[in-house]
Amino acid sequence: MLDIRRRTGWLFFSLMMAQVLLISAQVSTRSGAKLLSLVTFEAFSHVQQGTAGVVHGMRGAWGNYVALRGVRRQNETLQQQLATLQVELQQQRALAARTQRLDALLALRTQAALPTLAAQVIAGNPNPGMLTITINRGTSDGVQADMAVIAPAGVVGRVIGPAARHAARVQLIIDRNAAAGAMGEQTRAGGMVVGTEDNPPLHMELVSNLSELKVGENVVASGLDGIYPKGYLIGKVEKSERGSGLYRNVTVRPAVDFSSLEEVLVVLVPPRPAARDEGEK
Amino acid sequence: MKTAAVLAALGGALALQTTLSGIMVGGIVPFNLVLVAVVYLSLAYGPMTGMLAGTAGGLAQDALAGGIVGVGGLTKTLIGFLVGVLGAQFIVSNTLPRLLMFIAATFVHELLFKGLQALVAGRGFAPQYSALLVQALVNGTVGVTAFLLVERGPEAVQRRRVRRASFSKRRF
Repeated sequence: MLDIRRRTGWLFFSLMMAQVLLISAQVSTRSGAKLLSLVTFEAFSHVQQGTAGVVHGMRGAWGNYVALRGVRRQNETLQQQLATLQVELQQQRALAARTQRLDALLALRTQAALPTLAAQVIAGNPNPGMLTITINRGTSDGVQADMAVIAPAGVVGRVIGPAARHAARVQLIIDRNAAAGAMGEQTRAGGMVVGTEDNPPLHMELVSNLSELKVGENVVASGLDGIYPKGYLIGKVEKSERGSGLYRNVTVRPAVDFSSLEEVLVVLVPPRPAARDEGEK
Repeated sequence: MKTAAVLAALGGALALQTTLSGIMVGGIVPFNLVLVAVVYLSLAYGPMTGMLAGTAGGLAQDALAGGIVGVGGLTKTLIGFLVGVLGAQFIVSNTLPRLLMFIAATFVHELLFKGLQALVAGRGFAPQYSALLVQALVNGTVGVTAFLLVERGPEAVQRRRVRRASFSKRRF
C-alpha cells in the first residue's frame, strides 16, 4: 500500500513537471507542440468525420421526413416573399449597375472575386475555454494556416495550424485570443476587433475618441491584418462611448450566428507574409 | 479490462464533447465531458488512474483545441489526483457527496485552467462565475447519472427481465 502511494506520488510529481516543461518550452519558443497536436488532430479528425456524418444523417432524416408539417403554408408564404424579393432584386441590380459606373468614374479598382472553398463544420470546440471548430477540409484541399474563413453573413474566423490532410481547425473570431483589423463601414474609423467572454462577444479597440463611430454602424474587415479580406462584414456596433483615455469603448455584435454554423467558406488566399510573422510573434 | 474502460470513457467523452459542441458551436458550452470522465475515473479507480486519465484526456483536449498544449493536461492531472485521494479518504459512495465532488472539481479546474491560461498567454483573468456555476451543475448531473447508470443499470435490467418472465408465466 505504502509502495503504491509512494509510486503514485512520484508519478504525479513527474507528470506535473513534464507538463510544466512542455508549457514552458512552448511559451519560450512561441509555438505549439506541433507534432503532438498534428498527430492527435489527424487521428481524431476521422472520428469527428464519423460522428458528424451520423449527426447530419439524423438531422437529414428528421428534416426530410418527420418535420414536414405545415410545409404547404410555409411554401405559400415563401412564394409571396419571393415575388417581393424579385422586385427588390431588380431595384438592387439597377443600383449596383449605377455603383459600378461610379466606381469606374472614380478609377477605383474593383475587388476581384476571391477564390473560396466550401467546407462543412464537423466538430465544435473540444475545450469549453477555447472557441474553435473543425472543418472537413485540410491540406489536401489547399487549406493553410491563417486563411480566413467566412460565412454568407460575415467573417467566421481563421484557420489555425497545423491542418490535417482532410480537416482543419478554425479559431472563431469571438474567441478571446482572436483579433482582426476592422473599420466602420460609413465613418471608416479604424481599430481592432477582439474576442471577449462578454455579451456581445466582440470589442473594437484602438478606435480614436475623435472618430464618430455610431451605434448600428456596420463594422467590416480593414484587411490590414493580412488575413481577413477587406470589406467583409464582422458585425454591427452595439455600444460606442467616449473613453477616458485616447480610445472609445466600442462593443460589436457579430454578424454571424455562431450557434447554427454548419457550412463555411475558406478563402483560399494565403495570408500576406507580414501577417504570418506577426501571428508567430 | 480497466485500461480499456478508461480509454473508452475518455475517447467517448472527447467524441461526445466535440459532437455536441459542434451542434451549439460558438456559444459557451455548458459542460466539460472530459473533466466528468476524469473525475468519474478518479472516484471509481483511485488517484493513480485518475491522474493518468487526467493527463491523457487533458493533453488530447489541448492538442485538439489548438493553442498551448499542457495547460489542460496539467490541470486535469491535478484534478484527477486530488479527487482520487479525496475519494479514497472520505466516503463518496452516495449521490450527494459525488455531486459535490463533481461541482467542486469543475470550479477548481476552471479557475486553475483560466489562471494558467492568463499566466501563459498574458491575458486578463476574468472568470464568469454564473457560467461556471451552470457548467458545474451540468457536469455534476452528468457525472452522478453516469454513476447511477453503471452501478444500478444492469441490476434494473435484470429485475425487469425477471418481472417480465414471471408475468408471462402467470398469463400462459
